[in-house]
Amino acid sequence: MDKKFNEGAWAEPGTSVKNKTGSWRTFKPIVTDRCVGCGTCTKFCPEGAIKIVEKNGKKKAEINYDYCKGCLICLKECPFKAIEKEVEK
Amino acid sequence: MKKLLSFGTRSCAGCPASLAVRRILEAVGDNVIIVNGTSCLEVTTTQYPLSSWNVPYIHTAFECTGAVASGVESALKKMGKDTHVVAIAGDGGTFDIGLQSLSGMIDRGHNVLYICYDNECYANTGLQRSSATPYGAATTTSPPGKFSIGNKTFKKPIVQMLAAQKVPYVATASLAYPDDLERKVKKALTIKGPKFIHILAPCPISWRFDSSETIHVARLAVETGMWILCEIENGKIKINVTPSERKPVKDYLSLQGRFKHLKDEDIKKIQEKVDDDWKAYKKY
Ligand SMILES: Cc1ncc(C[n+]2csc(CCOP(=O)(O)OP(=O)(O)O)c2C)c(N)n1
Ligand code: SF4
Ligand SMILES: [Mg+2]
Repeated sequence: MDKKFNEGAWAEPGTSVKNKTGSWRTFKPIVTDRCVGCGTCTKFCPEGAIKIVEKNGKKKAEINYDYCKGCLICLKECPFKAIEKEVEK
Repeated sequence: MKKLLSFGTRSCAGCPASLAVRRILEAVGDNVIIVNGTSCLEVTTTQYPLSSWNVPYIHTAFECTGAVASGVESALKKMGKDTHVVAIAGDGGTFDIGLQSLSGMIDRGHNVLYICYDNECYANTGLQRSSATPYGAATTTSPPGKFSIGNKTFKKPIVQMLAAQKVPYVATASLAYPDDLERKVKKALTIKGPKFIHILAPCPISWRFDSSETIHVARLAVETGMWILCEIENGKIKINVTPSERKPVKDYLSLQGRFKHLKDEDIKKIQEKVDDDWKAYKKY
């Protein structure tokens, strides 16, 4: 960071990745085989913690549990009811 | 690609503010300076010494978003840079305390996209009412009781106010319609001068619904006609979604704890207001 900016409060970009907010969860969303990888949940996840990955030529949602806070919007909004929940252990 | 708003924000589970910003940044890209007034968004993304932002970001005092964005835009212009300036503030910061600085920004014609995410109260300071709080809602400063309905006033008509000030582009958006939201942000950035986008931000904490319902509530707001998705371009209005049959407002209200004290006659009053608003919009 430029010395000029050293006055006042500033922070390095993107450093909040240190906050592993996955520890907040009560419920854990689980992506089942019904997922077709349509990507609806990726547009509705407030954490940006879901991405579509390709496994054995099949598209599927993958949840980053380091940051998923367990809001369950994905479960509610999935058009294929492909996401289930379990109590976080 | 790097996330423009990184992981690890301190927002509540199901937060509409983080979600709104993810959609906004998806549309804007990284050639931007974000100016953000004090709000949930600010306190949850800039917990010192950490930051969630991967684009240049300035936190301004609660009332100054429009003024600081004006200064940033003027400096960029002088430097000959084409970086976008996007101002983001809450409803308190927009409808109440920041209204004069927003109005000044518009008056001077700054090339800034100003976005208000509206959770209909002062959320981060403890859910106090703002002039964006809807009629009948319980907040910590408008508690319902024997002699009180909750919030006594209807929402300030900010969209009409700014359209009257001849803002070249004014639009409303919903988190339940992410493609429409992103399209509006992209479109706004192609228009010179001040632009305003108003996003309804259903907040599970202050509106009192389950964190999984954020999108469901946002969608019901549109389907009941309580939230009118529209664009006003140079004074011409276009309504983007006209529900073929509007659902009763009760469907929207009954999902939220902040309205649970309302009686049938109160709900009727809200329904009548929505019906009137639609008539007025169609004439406008
Ligand atoms: C001049 C001034 N008055 C009061 C405050 C305290 N304050 C900070 S943010 C805020 C409310 C913000 O409400 P809003 O803009 O709706 O954002 P939200 O927290 O709801 O996201 C208040 C009252 C302040 N920072 N500065
Ligand atoms: S109070 Fe509402 S708007 Fe504020 S961080 Fe929590 S969920 Fe988001
Ligand atoms: Mg607010």
